[in-house]
Amino acid sequence: MSATPSTAFEIAAAVRAGSVRAIDVLEAHLGRIAARETDIHAFNLVTADEARAAATRIDDLVAAGRDPGPLAGVPIALKDNMCTRGVPTTCSSRILEGWKPPYDATVVSRLAAMGAVSVGKTNLDEFAMGSSTENSAFGVTLNPRDTSRVAGGSSGGSAAAVAAAFAPVSLGSDTGGSIRQPAALCGVVGVKPTYGTVSRYGLVAFASSLDQIGPFSADVRDSALILESISGHDPLDSTSIPQGPLDLLSVLDHDVKGMRIGRITDMPEGADPDVLGRLEAAFDALRAAGATIVDVELPSLKYGLTAYYLIAPAEASSNLARYDGVRYGRRVDAVDTNSMYMATRAAGFGDEVKRRIMLGTYALSAGYYDAYYGKALKVRRLISDDFARAYATADVLLTPTSPIPAFKVGEKADDPLSMYLCDVYTIPTNLAGHPAMSVPFGDSREGLPIGVQVMASTLGEQSMFKVASALERHMNSSGGRS
Amino acid sequence: MPDTPSERISAAAVAKVARLARLDVSDDEITRMTGQLAGMLEHFADIDSLDLSDVAPMTQPYPLTNVFREDVVAPSLDRDEVLANAPAAEDGRFRVPPIIGLDG
Repeated sequence: MSATPSTAFEIAAAVRAGSVRAIDVLEAHLGRIAARETDIHAFNLVTADEARAAATRIDDLVAAGRDPGPLAGVPIALKDNMCTRGVPTTCSSRILEGWKPPYDATVVSRLAAMGAVSVGKTNLDEFAMGSSTENSAFGVTLNPRDTSRVAGGSSGGSAAAVAAAFAPVSLGSDTGGSIRQPAALCGVVGVKPTYGTVSRYGLVAFASSLDQIGPFSADVRDSALILESISGHDPLDSTSIPQGPLDLLSVLDHDVKGMRIGRITDMPEGADPDVLGRLEAAFDALRAAGATIVDVELPSLKYGLTAYYLIAPAEASSNLARYDGVRYGRRVDAVDTNSMYMATRAAGFGDEVKRRIMLGTYALSAGYYDAYYGKALKVRRLISDDFARAYATADVLLTPTSPIPAFKVGEKADDPLSMYLCDVYTIPTNLAGHPAMSVPFGDSREGLPIGVQVMASTLGEQSMFKVASALERHMNSSGGRS
Repeated sequence: MPDTPSERISAAAVAKVARLARLDVSDDEITRMTGQLAGMLEHFADIDSLDLSDVAPMTQPYPLTNVFREDVVAPSLDRDEVLANAPAAEDGRFRVPPIIGLDG
């Protein structure tokens, strides 16, 4: 068993070929979970029994000479804001305690139909609001690279699960950086695809015009494989782009000769020197591989944080109105419905969720709508227009993913605004609806992972993956040193 | 425009927003939230000076128009399964406390 495959790509190939059993692959991962999960807390729930049953079904299909699908026997971890039929889905919130969704999210049913095996539901900041998973009602997820530090967020559990090899791949959701930032902090690949390429049906809504599901993996190829598997039109999501799955695996070995890599000359400041050093190394690597570095200006980018922290809470305040103690989850009884709503929501939501509901309600309220929400929507347009000009001269843009490597647990917990600043480089792509991904590109002097963000224009995933793949090849060939 | 963070939002305004958002909040929470929201609004003042008069608001990132489908009967969620998740149900419906409030 020494040749047990480790990537999703290799696992699926071996299981389909009958050279490895899905149940053995699964047990190897469950064994690592048993050994280390108490130190990491990547999961809200490990569904070992259901996973064993699914893996056995895959092995039975192979034994019967049938193909279980392109993800045969691949263990996958799901962020706990994706609906799984009959399996608790909490969003790491007390308000959804006890809720078992009566349906599967589209991504969940697609993965199962392709032979993937879900191992459990991963921890997140409550309702995906945060950058450290410290806002989870069920406790923080720790960084597998240094357990005194956070794994990032909001999809911290999904990033940590891959970093700790609890699963070769996982799914997260990204509203302002919630896939890319934890990927950077944990030293794994994380992708936010173009808005509308992956169905949001069954993803518990945070900010509907910004939310998008995407994969985490140890290497670029596995993210390409998972994204090909979950993308494509879904009639159950009215914002789903009417086109087929993305074609990504076929471009990974293309070189980047002649590609134009954009450097943002007026990029928001404040990044750690080690982070900026790795960004420079990425530009150097791509230049050496034959790409051209071009300077671009995006003068409105610096207003992204403000636009985002008005728009996302406004949408959240509306989306989270549904948690009222009537149809699901927790209820605090009271003498009339209005008192019941108020008591239920006060008891069920944590501080950060309340803060964002308040901020969003304020930004939408009479007398303030034009000054805050209305203005933010116009700034969103300015940022989108800036990107359009930049992508006229550049195929992709490169920035840091996070301004800083993984920070200590508790370091930012009492200062919401400093936590929000973690998202300064990731937020603009959500506002524009563009794809972006984080690729591990070396470590800080303290030995903490640093990610480089590759951004592209709408449906520019092929360019983005080509560049990400080139950066990965550079790291592999330099032995991770430069 | 107010020029200090504490003038950006008052405790009374925060209490009103909490009622609009259907959140019971204690006086302590109002005090804390007022400070935090004021600090955020102060940071968000960076867009105050922008001239946005000729800019169209952007509400969604991908230009899709309304999506329609044929009006055909298809299976929907099972009622009993849905109601099994409700805090209280009766006769195939969600059960709630009295709608007409005692204090409006």
